[in-house]
Amino acid sequence: MYGNKVAVRNLSLNVGRGKIFGFLGPNGAGKSTSIKMLLGLVKPSAGEAFVLGSPSSDVEIRRKIGFLPEDFRFYEWLTAAELLKLHGRLCGVPARTLRDRIPVLLDLVGLTPHRDKRLSDFSKGMLQRAGLAQALIHDPELIFLDEPTSGLDPMGRRLVRDIIRSQRERGATVFLNSHLLSEVEITCDHVAFIKDGEVIATRDLQAMTEGEIRVSVRARKLSMKIVAGLTSWCTSTNLEEEQLTLTTNSADRLPDLLRHLVLAGADVYEFTPEKLSLEDLFVRIMGEDRGL
Amino acid sequence: MGLWIMAEITFREAARRKILWTALIAGIGFLAVYGLGLHMQIAEFNGRNVAPFLRYQILSSMMMIGLYTVDLLAVVMTILTSIDTISGEITSGTIHAIAMKPISRWQILMGKWTGFAGMIAGYVVIMFGGTIAVGYWLGGVAPQNPIRGGLFVLLECLLALTVTLMFGTWFSTLTNGVIVLGLHGLAFMGGWMEQMSGFTQSTKLVMVGVISSLIMPSESVWRRAAYEMQSPLAGSLQFTPFADVSVPSMTMIGYTCVYLIFAMAIAIYHFHSRDL
Repeated sequence: MYGNKVAVRNLSLNVGRGKIFGFLGPNGAGKSTSIKMLLGLVKPSAGEAFVLGSPSSDVEIRRKIGFLPEDFRFYEWLTAAELLKLHGRLCGVPARTLRDRIPVLLDLVGLTPHRDKRLSDFSKGMLQRAGLAQALIHDPELIFLDEPTSGLDPMGRRLVRDIIRSQRERGATVFLNSHLLSEVEITCDHVAFIKDGEVIATRDLQAMTEGEIRVSVRARKLSMKIVAGLTSWCTSTNLEEEQLTLTTNSADRLPDLLRHLVLAGADVYEFTPEKLSLEDLFVRIMGEDRGL
Repeated sequence: MGLWIMAEITFREAARRKILWTALIAGIGFLAVYGLGLHMQIAEFNGRNVAPFLRYQILSSMMMIGLYTVDLLAVVMTILTSIDTISGEITSGTIHAIAMKPISRWQILMGKWTGFAGMIAGYVVIMFGGTIAVGYWLGGVAPQNPIRGGLFVLLECLLALTVTLMFGTWFSTLTNGVIVLGLHGLAFMGGWMEQMSGFTQSTKLVMVGVISSLIMPSESVWRRAAYEMQSPLAGSLQFTPFADVSVPSMTMIGYTCVYLIFAMAIAIYHFHSRDL
């Protein structure tokens, strides 16, 4: 609770090991608060938060967790290498391991030429990269990234995307909180939608064949009778001269639709299914923005 | 382990941000001015052929003025350097990446306290030792119990540090500064009231002084330190920061220690239980 407002309520997420999980919601939905709660930074006003099977208040469990906060801030008088060393030591990484690991991580995030430069001289994008490296310094099992690509140029975003995927490949689970739905769409395996502090929907993006699919058809010899025959497979149809737009609930119905059109005598020139974008899905689940 | 890492980082921050060096350079400047003043006074004594007893008492009093200035500098430096450490990091969000690490929040707080305490102890030793060394070298005078006095001054600084950290877990940097300096001002005024009560024999003034010392005992600790270090003549001079008109007892020193521990416990409890 923040004052009278419920920030997070009955939040329960099952995230598989080695998956990239997107956490989506409008501003003020409770995304950052949820992450802070799982990290023990915010205490629930009632109940308890658990992460990796342990209470979030358990200090030891944090050895397995990495975190890049939104608007990453750190002691700006440190250099990039010193920052990683400090975080590594706080995570209990042995000095010898750190000596080997710090150059590797700096190279991974493209900061090797700046390793001895103070963070006060870093741009926002460079700070973001340094922050990402500190989140990975102890090879965590679970990584929370809060808006990791904000402030990054397109090359930086691609780099972060590649790093996130490489973490998945080594078996880590990545919990991604981002406003950039296009980033989430091409990076995440699963997403959860949160609104007013509650998870209202989850989706498997890898197998998102269910859900609405829009099909654009350009064909001649189309008639209202032919279109009417599609209603058993479609949720909506709209015919304008040679352009037919229809929507269906499953990709499994696409062959039946095309077969019906052809067998009914239509000359089909184009048949283009468009999977509902994450943005469309987001708007549909969250509802239109009615202003603050 | 986390405690020592935080202590080290606090100390290194002060060094890297030139806080330590600036304070030391200012301290050397102070010692130079103090030494110059002593030197000129001694030259004046030599010209006038002043009686050795009077010369000793005046030079001892000048040393007490020097030590009093060191005390003020040390307390103000303590407050100014530590004022932003918790509150500023909470406001900026710097604390997030630290507090989610596998270390307890009490270790973060105690680590910072330890780092600052080490830095302040070094400052007090250098400045106190420097002032006494200059006074002894130029004027041949030394305080009565310098180690005891120095320890009490350090206690006063640690009290200021603990109170600053405690309020830092609640308030913004600016509000914290207003509160801590306000408390120190209250203690300062209370101490003078108590001194004056020795002259006017007013029990009400004593009461005001005692209450203010209970609220913030920093000035009492200084007056006890002054009592330990000063010469009898300097102590008998009323209305000075070193007068022994109303000397705080060792019970007051004990109260200060309990006060400090209690403030630290409150700081840890509140920092542990608050949202970041």
